[in-house]
Amino acid sequence: MNATDPKPTFHPASAPDFVPAPLLRKLQLDRLQAIVGHAYDKVALFRERLQGRKVTPADIQALDDLAELPFTTKADLRDTYPFGLFASSLKEVVRVHASSGTTGKPIVVAYTKDDVAVWTSVMVRSFAACGLHEGDIIQNAYGYGLFTGGLGAHYGAEGIGATVIPISGGNTDRQIMVMKDFGVTAICCTPTYFLHLIDRASQLGVDLRALPLRAGVFGAEPWTQSMRKHIESVTNIAAFDIYGLSEIIGPGVAIECPNHDGLHIFEDHFYPEIIDPETGKVLPDGEEGELVLTTLSKWAMPMIRYRTRDITALLPGTCPCGRSLRRMRRIGRRSDDMLIIRGVNVYPSQIEAVLLEVEGTLPHYQIILTREHGLDQIEVQVEVTPQVFSDRVGALEALADKIMDTIERVVGIRIKVTLVEPQTIQRSEGKAKRVIDKRGQS
Amino acid sequence: MKIQQLSIFAENKPGHLAGPCRLLAEQGVDIRALSVADTQHFGILRLIVNDAAKATKLLEGAGHVVKATEVLAVEVSDQPGGLAKVLSALEGSPVNIEYMYAFPFGHQGKAVLIFRFADPDAAIAVLQAKGVPMLTGDVLLKA
Repeated sequence: MNATDPKPTFHPASAPDFVPAPLLRKLQLDRLQAIVGHAYDKVALFRERLQGRKVTPADIQALDDLAELPFTTKADLRDTYPFGLFASSLKEVVRVHASSGTTGKPIVVAYTKDDVAVWTSVMVRSFAACGLHEGDIIQNAYGYGLFTGGLGAHYGAEGIGATVIPISGGNTDRQIMVMKDFGVTAICCTPTYFLHLIDRASQLGVDLRALPLRAGVFGAEPWTQSMRKHIESVTNIAAFDIYGLSEIIGPGVAIECPNHDGLHIFEDHFYPEIIDPETGKVLPDGEEGELVLTTLSKWAMPMIRYRTRDITALLPGTCPCGRSLRRMRRIGRRSDDMLIIRGVNVYPSQIEAVLLEVEGTLPHYQIILTREHGLDQIEVQVEVTPQVFSDRVGALEALADKIMDTIERVVGIRIKVTLVEPQTIQRSEGKAKRVIDKRGQS
Repeated sequence: MKIQQLSIFAENKPGHLAGPCRLLAEQGVDIRALSVADTQHFGILRLIVNDAAKATKLLEGAGHVVKATEVLAVEVSDQPGGLAKVLSALEGSPVNIEYMYAFPFGHQGKAVLIFRFADPDAAIAVLQAKGVPMLTGDVLLKA
C-alpha cells in the first residue's frame, strides 16, 4: 500500500470516469459525428481526403465506421505548418503550443477557449485519479512555454484546487529547496528528471522520505516498471504514469489509477484504436499495435485517427477501481525512429539536418543511447572529414561546439558530440544504422 | 623557408598513435619531428617527415584524414635563453603563434623550434627583419 492511497477516496471530478460503458459509447458516437462534420467543413486536407474515398461525415453511423476514415500523421502537421489544420478562425483560438517536428520546423497545435477547458478537465481528472485534491501543494517541474507539459499540468493543478508552484524545469538545487521549504506534497516532471532530483537530494543530504511529498505524476517520456520500483522504494511516494501528446491535447490523454495496471484513457474525449502499424488494420482489444487517437471534443484542431507511433495494447477486462474508461498498457516502444530524451522528442533526421548545415556535407555519424544511473544518455559520434579537419585543437573543438549549439537550437536539448576517426563507424549495406541503443545492456 | 607538416586525427584511446607510426616505419618513411596535441576526447598527431607526399598517400590509403600545413623551423642554441630570444623577436609584432614544439638537432648543441603561425608569410618577414635564421626544408629533412 502506498502513502497516497491508505483509503482510496472518490473525487467528484472523477465522475465522468465512471459513466456506464453503453452511455459512454453513445456519448463517443455523438461527439465523433459532430467533430468529423466540423473537420470536414473547416479543414481542406481532411475534406479532400474524404472526398477521395467517397466518404462523407453522414457515413459515420457507428464507432466502428471510424475505420473508414483516413489516418492523420505527423507529416500532415509538418506539411501544413503552421496553421493549415486549424478548424477554427484565429479569433477563436486562444492558445497555441508547438513541439518539435521531424526536421527543423516545429509542429503547431491550437486550442479554443472550450478546448482549454476540456484539457483542464482531463488534467483535473488525472490528478484526482492520483489521489490529489484541494490542499495539496503541487510542484510543477514540467517546462513552461511552447511545450504543453508545463501549462497543461498547471491548469489542471489549479483546477483541482491545489496550490501550484510553477517552478518549471531545471535548477535542481532550487527544486529541492522549494520541495523541502514549501512542504510540497506532489511533483510533476519527467521520470528521468525525478531520478536526477533523487540523486541530487541525496548529495545535498536531503532525505526525501522525511518530506510530506507523497505522489509524483511522471510523463512526457516512456519509463519502466523497474524505474517505478526504484522511485517508490527510495522516496516512499506513489509514482503515477501520465500519457499525452501535443498533437492530441498535451498531457492528460491517459492516467494511471492507484492500481497502476495500465493507463485509463479519457475516452469520452480521446477515442483510442489499436492498429497494425504495417497494414493499418484495426486490431481487437488485447492485441499489441500502434495507438491511434481521435479527438472527440477538440474544436480548434481536431485530430481524426492520429497515428501516435506509440506501441501499446488496450487491456481487456475492467479495472478494480471501477472506472469504465479502457486502459492502455504503458508505452514501451515506438513504431518510428523518434527518441525521447529527457522528455524531449528527438528525431535522427534532425541531427542529420544539423550535421549537413554545419559541415556542408553529411559526415558518417551515429547516435549512441546508453543508460547511466537510470538516466538516458545520448551521444552523437561524428567522423572527422578532410573538409573539416584542422591541425589546430581549437578549430576542432569549435566545430564540436558549433554542432552541439546547433543541435540545441533545433532540438531543444544539449547533446554530447564526439569527433571520431574516419572509417570507424560501421558501414551497413542497406539503410545506415544511425541509432545504436545500448540501454538494454546496462 | 616554409616546411610541410602533416597532421592526422587520432582518438584519445590506447593504440591509436601506434598504427600510423608503424605504417610509416614499415614503408621507410622517416619521422624527423613530431608532436601530439591532446584534448579530453581526441588528439592531433603532427609530423614532419622526409617524404611528405609518400606519407600522405600511405596514411590516406589507411583511412586517415591527413592535413598538410606550412610551418617554420628556427634553429637556436640548445642552451638557456635559446627559445626566449626568438620569442622576444616576435614580441610587439602582430604575428600569432598557433602552437610550437621543439627538438634537439644534430650534434652541435643545436635545437630546432617548429612554429605554426596563423600567417606564415607575415612571420617570415618579421623573423627575417630581426635576423632570426630559419632552416629550409632541405637542411631539416636531409641532415
